[in-house]
Amino acid sequence: MIPRLLYLPASIGLALLVLPLAGLLLKVDWAALPALLLSPEALQPLGLSLVTASVSTLLCLLLGVPLAVVIARSKPRAAGLLRALVTVPLVLPPLVGGIALLSLLGRGGVLGNTLELAGLRIPFTTAAVVIAQTFVALPFLVIAVEGALRTAGIRYERVAATLGAGRGTVFARITLPLVGPGLLAGTVLSFARALGEFGATALFAGNQVGVTRTMPLAIYTAFNGSGVTTDQAVALSLLLIAVAVIILVLVGTRRASVLS
Amino acid sequence: MTATLGRDVVTALLAANLQLTRGGFTLDVQLTLAPGEVLALLGPNGSGKSTVLDLLAGLATPDTGTVTLDGATLTAPGRLVAPENRAIGLLGQEPLLFPHLSARANVAFALRFGEARLNAAPARVQADRWLDRVGLAGLGSSLPGALSGGQQQRVALARALAAGPRVLLLDEPMAALDAETAPFIRQLIREQLAETGTSAIIVTHDIVDAVVLAHRVAVLHHGTLIDEGTTAAVLAAPQNPFVAALAGVNLVVGTAQNGAVVAPDGRTFRVRPADAAALSPATPGAEAPAPAAAVFRPASVVVHTEQPRHASPRNVWSARVRGIEPGSGGVRLRTSGDPEVIAELTPAAVADLGLQVGSTVWLSVKATDVSAYRR
Repeated sequence: MIPRLLYLPASIGLALLVLPLAGLLLKVDWAALPALLLSPEALQPLGLSLVTASVSTLLCLLLGVPLAVVIARSKPRAAGLLRALVTVPLVLPPLVGGIALLSLLGRGGVLGNTLELAGLRIPFTTAAVVIAQTFVALPFLVIAVEGALRTAGIRYERVAATLGAGRGTVFARITLPLVGPGLLAGTVLSFARALGEFGATALFAGNQVGVTRTMPLAIYTAFNGSGVTTDQAVALSLLLIAVAVIILVLVGTRRASVLS
Repeated sequence: MTATLGRDVVTALLAANLQLTRGGFTLDVQLTLAPGEVLALLGPNGSGKSTVLDLLAGLATPDTGTVTLDGATLTAPGRLVAPENRAIGLLGQEPLLFPHLSARANVAFALRFGEARLNAAPARVQADRWLDRVGLAGLGSSLPGALSGGQQQRVALARALAAGPRVLLLDEPMAALDAETAPFIRQLIREQLAETGTSAIIVTHDIVDAVVLAHRVAVLHHGTLIDEGTTAAVLAAPQNPFVAALAGVNLVVGTAQNGAVVAPDGRTFRVRPADAAALSPATPGAEAPAPAAAVFRPASVVVHTEQPRHASPRNVWSARVRGIEPGSGGVRLRTSGDPEVIAELTPAAVADLGLQVGSTVWLSVKATDVSAYRR
């Protein structure tokens, strides 16, 4: 039932998505790959990326799920406003997000000055990396979970209440399981977004080896040829793709086992 | 069992006085429920029945008014006890089983977090007993999606009762079921309410629900109660068109004897075979006559001027014409007896038979046109 004419743009679209990755694979120097991947220049950013993205995703869950619940259960007008506020970072170029974070938490920033008086400096630290990643990833989680909550509705929660279950019990045993698929999707999206985060991190956290140089920054640095080679950039990109694929496969099997 | 407002307030388990205005709709209802009593709240769509249940369950707040349960105030100005602390259960049209939990886990949920507060292991054991009681033994591990609509409603009934509510609110629990399944669920609800001694309010617009399940009927119309009393009394003297339409059936409230229903005046109504079996006692002759009701449509009543002779099983009796009135489907003939039976004929038939008030007629109804219910 698909109009034949659609196959042409569909093929071009798929090619646009797949061919660059194929091109990348062709550029890989497979003989030198093991050495490149096992070098400290590769392992250190990878470790930092995995740790910071995991912490960011955890923060997204801790802050985002309650925020999603509040939005989903608000009156329509308040929910619309909150949803718009949450969506802004999503449509903002990450570079602008980085400048915004600096303006708030950097030297001379509204909160930055106060924190500095207290002896706390956030910009250009690993904490800044986590904050930048959380800033860009949180909307993905909130929107996915909020959508799932609205679809689930409140009918099951009301029934659970008339059976005698308190609000905490209902949230943990009814609400959260009902939005499980949305929660999983939101978590994966947030983690992927945090892992790939570059713009806000570059401006707000900088590019310091071992402290703020995550995978995307290491790739950028390698590509610019400061210290490492283009081969290194290609190898690091391959590593990032591999991590992404592994996550997708893990989540896919998890989902399949939940459904069966 | 016939607690009415005012007289039996002291013995009432549940007493409610509720006012609510939403848009152009105003609700103003006073009702009481005695311990162990089942009240049917009848009314057309939009009369506010479901709103009353939401207000009783604490899922909605009235503008003014109170709800008290066993002397404890649940709803009052500035006070609203949360639904989970009311011990008022709710069973609706849709089973709303938690889709991620098995049938057993759904019932166990009520046992763990309801009145019983059981631990996980004993809750599972008790849940299986409940499933057994509603005829679902062996299906505990099924997820709701794998059960039929009737089975799901059975689980929902078990779950609602397992929570141990002081009062169970039933919101048209048979409305979403097909005609084959509904009678079984209705009978199951009747049995389980009686066995557990649970007081209940059932919202319905099906007269059969009121006849089978309820001790007392209250009629809600445009947000106010316009009639209240025993099912038979309310139907005998309809106070509004909705009740009159409901009462458009002949209702004989009597006792079950040998698979038939015996009216207060001694007339015996043989009923369709499927229902006759349900009327017969489990151990023949061992039981006192059980309350039962027979229901048939006025159009099913055939009027004769001489005693008819038929081969097929029929109920035949003679009566006097008490009244001749215009009806929705022709002319309605009110005939003597306790209760009165209404026959519906065409105006031409009335003329042909030469009927007038005071005439003696023979009436017949095929047994297959009479449905019957235990009460």
